[in-house]
Amino acid sequence: MSTPLLSAKNLRAFYGPTQILYDLNFDMQKGGITTLLGANGAGKTTTLRALSGMVKTGGEIRFDGKLISSKDTADIVRLGVAHVPEGRGTFVRQTVEENLQLGGITQPAGQIASDIDLVFTYFPRLKERFRQQAGTLSGGEQQMLAIGRALMLRPKVMLLDEPSFGLAPLIVQEMFSILRRLNEKEKVSMFLVEQNASLALELADHAYLLETGRVVMSGPAKELSQDENIRRAYLGY
Amino acid sequence: MKTTSPITTIIAAIGATVITLAQNWKVAGFIFILIIGAIFPLWASGVFTFQISQLLIYAIAIAGLNLLTGFNGQFSLGHSAFYAIGAYVSAVMMTQWDIPFYLTIPIAAAVCFVFGFLFGLPALRLEGIYLALATFALAIATPQILKFKPVEHLTGGVQGLALFHLKPEAPFGLPFDQDQWTFYVTFAVTILMFFIAFSLVNSRSGRAMKAIRDNQIAAKVTGIDLSLFKTLTFGVSALFTGVAGALSAMLIAFVAPDSFQITLAVAIFVGMVVGGVGWIPGAFLGGLFILFVPNIAEHIAFGLAAFFDLIRKVIPFFPSIGEQSAKGLTGTVYGVFLILLIYIMPSGLAGLLRLAVQRLARARG
Repeated sequence: MSTPLLSAKNLRAFYGPTQILYDLNFDMQKGGITTLLGANGAGKTTTLRALSGMVKTGGEIRFDGKLISSKDTADIVRLGVAHVPEGRGTFVRQTVEENLQLGGITQPAGQIASDIDLVFTYFPRLKERFRQQAGTLSGGEQQMLAIGRALMLRPKVMLLDEPSFGLAPLIVQEMFSILRRLNEKEKVSMFLVEQNASLALELADHAYLLETGRVVMSGPAKELSQDENIRRAYLGY
Repeated sequence: MKTTSPITTIIAAIGATVITLAQNWKVAGFIFILIIGAIFPLWASGVFTFQISQLLIYAIAIAGLNLLTGFNGQFSLGHSAFYAIGAYVSAVMMTQWDIPFYLTIPIAAAVCFVFGFLFGLPALRLEGIYLALATFALAIATPQILKFKPVEHLTGGVQGLALFHLKPEAPFGLPFDQDQWTFYVTFAVTILMFFIAFSLVNSRSGRAMKAIRDNQIAAKVTGIDLSLFKTLTFGVSALFTGVAGALSAMLIAFVAPDSFQITLAVAIFVGMVVGGVGWIPGAFLGGLFILFVPNIAEHIAFGLAAFFDLIRKVIPFFPSIGEQSAKGLTGTVYGVFLILLIYIMPSGLAGLLRLAVQRLARARG
């Protein structure tokens, strides 16, 4: 097997004195979609924050062969890690256009316009809303804007934090099919955190199950979706 | 063959210019402001010219605070400190080292930028009200530091420094008196500073500043270096306010620690809120407010006192306000003004203007 694109070794994370993650180990392959499942408070969001350098961590995180666990968020982002925070992290007082421009703020100015056009091919709805303030968009549109903004970084990997949260099922279906196309056509690897386990296991090729800050199960997504315990606890049938 | 006379050429050129200007209302507005600024001191009285210079200086300081608060979301109740540093850098260099005034402006700007940047470092760890408190402490401490014995030989201690004999004269024998010339210098610096402010907020860096204001986590994950931008913004904000301070040293021709009390910081803050947080031109409206409304409030207070005295002539047991209380009443009237203003227009005069423009557009369209 080739070296993984993103890997964690004995990853620990803390909020002040409180330890949230306990010695996580995981790898994700280039071009793949890995999902991290778990209940509320299992540490999923914290794992993503640890990966993009926003919380105090111990252990090792490697991205593209480089050790990134002690780097600043801004530097990690520049390496091609695009974090889409939970709760539609858009700049609500700025327009869709400005949000997308901000997404490319670390990129050469010359490529911004064509990258915005690329975002529109995946999210045509955003084109109609180009001059509108992000705060006036619907929940689904805001989530799409957040993903579009992350795309402006030309990322190698996207860290997606509950993209389905609070959205209507139809919108979620649409978004997940867009994510799949992004993965296939733009070669964006994805690290997906989800509560909606059935959707996540459908999209992902590999899955980890997190319980109270520890990985309790891992394997190919297909295998996990067959697992009796997972089905009962997270898929509900 | 037809030959065009020079007069037709000139008329055609003027016509073309007018049409171009009509199409570019921004350029036209700018030229209009330039013309107003150029002729204003020629007909205005010396006192009025002085007041408008002060207005422009306040506007620069308010714009500086607005860059920090309105565009970057950081609070400061301590901008009187940067105003003081700007004023003192200019005054000390003029009196102690005979450096010409014009040269002291960029130096004051640079010194304030460094101070602001350094103060921005600990400010990184403070949010909202805690930052407001820390900057408040800065505003309280600065006048005391200026009175400090070890620096007294530079700053003049409690007495301050008089600069009347150093006020710059109009060069090249231009026929302007000191008030007029001071206005022109202030006017030129104001234009430069607002040009910088507008360019900054519309640039990539400005976008990053606003992004931090709106959503820190989202700003972080787009790769914006939060610490760098927040400290830089603090520096630039202090720079603006420092330039205002340097100009005020020249205008008033006197600096003393007591001119830079916390009341000045509050005035700059009030000016920003009244003008509109996050709207650069609002600085002029805010300046107008903090310059003239205290005067108006005083007039109203004394008017009230006179009115009460008038009633006392008819109803003898009616209470009298008296001159001493009338002075105290001034602050109350000012406060009532402020409360009314915030109540009527919660987003400042900027919000009111925007509302008016929207209504107009709707009525038309």
